Amino acid sequence: MVKGSHAAPSGASKVGYAAAFSANGRSIGGRTIEQIRSDFPALQRVIRHDGRENRVVYLDNAATTQKPQAVLDAMTDYYERSNANVHRALYTMGEESTAAFEATRKKVMRFINAASEREIVYTSGTTAAINLVAYSWGRTFLKQGDEILLTEMEHHSNLIPWQLVAKERGCTLRFLPVEEDGTVDLDRLPAVWSERIRLVAIAHMSNVLGTINDVRRVIEFAHARGVPVLLDGAQSVPHLPIDVQALDCDFLAFSGHKMCGPTGIGILYAKERILEEMPPFLGGGEMIEAVWLDHATWNDLPYKFEAGTPPIAESVGLGAAVDYLSSLTMEGVQAYEQELTRYALERLDAVAGLTLYGRAAARGAVFSFNIAGVHPHDLAQFLDREGVCVRSGHHCAHPLMRKLDVAATARASFSFYNTAEEVDLLVGALRKAKEFFI
Amino acid sequence: MAFEDLYQEIILDHYRHPRNFAALEEVSDENIHENPTCGDSVKLDVKLGADGLIESVRFNGRGCAISVASASMMTEQLAGLSVKEALAKISSFIKILRGKGDTAQLAEWGDLVALEGVVKYPIRVKCATLAWHAAIDLLVAKSSEPA
Repeated sequence: MVKGSHAAPSGASKVGYAAAFSANGRSIGGRTIEQIRSDFPALQRVIRHDGRENRVVYLDNAATTQKPQAVLDAMTDYYERSNANVHRALYTMGEESTAAFEATRKKVMRFINAASEREIVYTSGTTAAINLVAYSWGRTFLKQGDEILLTEMEHHSNLIPWQLVAKERGCTLRFLPVEEDGTVDLDRLPAVWSERIRLVAIAHMSNVLGTINDVRRVIEFAHARGVPVLLDGAQSVPHLPIDVQALDCDFLAFSGHKMCGPTGIGILYAKERILEEMPPFLGGGEMIEAVWLDHATWNDLPYKFEAGTPPIAESVGLGAAVDYLSSLTMEGVQAYEQELTRYALERLDAVAGLTLYGRAAARGAVFSFNIAGVHPHDLAQFLDREGVCVRSGHHCAHPLMRKLDVAATARASFSFYNTAEEVDLLVGALRKAKEFFI
Repeated sequence: MAFEDLYQEIILDHYRHPRNFAALEEVSDENIHENPTCGDSVKLDVKLGADGLIESVRFNGRGCAISVASASMMTEQLAGLSVKEALAKISSFIKILRGKGDTAQLAEWGDLVALEGVVKYPIRVKCATLAWHAAIDLLVAKSSEPA
């Protein structure tokens, strides 16, 4: 059966580009990948199975990323020193927590180049951010017979909220199709377009195919027809430099935990003019200006959309994560991940019997695949034994799975702290899995 | 956790060479049972003999090694039983896999002993019981059919 662990896969040296890549001692933002990796305690983890020990090879970054020590320290420090509810506290600790909470808002604003802090709304994550738009904007501005344009590659979190609001308002969903190569062909936009479309909601980057959609073109096309565009940035914001003013998107939703921050916090960016027109989503504390028994007036932006005690410690962690990414620079992150992507494609394509889903030229380091004769769940279980963490299943994209005509796929997704050697370990483990199951 | 407890050689053998596997094109797709978490599916056909005992069980579908092997073993386990006996065996099996029964029982059920390791992997219990849930539906329907 399977012998040894993490031996260099045979044939690695035959791949010319690959050898050059792994030997080169890359760095991002002036720090080597080894230095960067040492910032992440969870990447030092050793996975033990059947008396074998393997350093973890974490390749499930599209689901969530690991956290650098700086994020963990910031959150611990907050709880140990400054824990207090935000706003309206007149004591030192409350002032500190409020300052930290608002400092992160400013950091996020700069990170995505928003025009104002008023455009940065804290949510619990991408899903909550999109639901906020669906319920507040959608219920206000969508009318019977209106249409919403999505793509067939959307994550359920950018599909189900629209299904729900469409049902309630009597609207219809339209879809840009996914082509065989895993791209959305924007030449189809004029044919798919209808004058009743009131909103376009589209993934910036696919969590299954890795495809990076040409959202600038979608936004130009929609804006020329007076229609706003929401970007699901869950997969793009952690991997690409984002400038919401240059993109001119109307909404951008993303999660903290996929960009080295904690779970439980996300961001809705929206243009100030649009947020002003939207009614509150959740009611409660903080979102009000003045309250009477029978009515109330609303707080200023962005607080109008932040009912209840917000995720304060999480905002502190997110601030540290944004600092961390900013110190590396997102341009540096993108450039490194592009090299890693090219290398991974080359190596995965060399595995006999492997079908890769998604061949977009513009793509991130997310690879969904199947190996003939090995079920993705068996594959993921086998890889776990080798210390390699991949996901298997439908990746919250049932319609896309149906389009690809697969029940499930395995998915390996990389981040800037992953290395060419880890690509080799993945490929080596895939070959061992084939030997084991077939 | 022991990987090799989960993927024993008997399981791999049933996965590579499933017993009583058939196209079952004549069986309506309405009878397909699915595991929504992974999209695995199974379709069964049960033939009862003149004596009311189960003459044969055949299956079709797609799934992981655990789910295919478990379906394959089940087809062998249910043949020769009455519908009532089969239902009792199925419910005991599901109970054991969910960690609520005596795993020693599996040793008395031939190849099923190989599925003991699944109990330690709660996330895979659904894989191992998919065909068995399908069998309950089919047998209950059969037993309520007019003779």
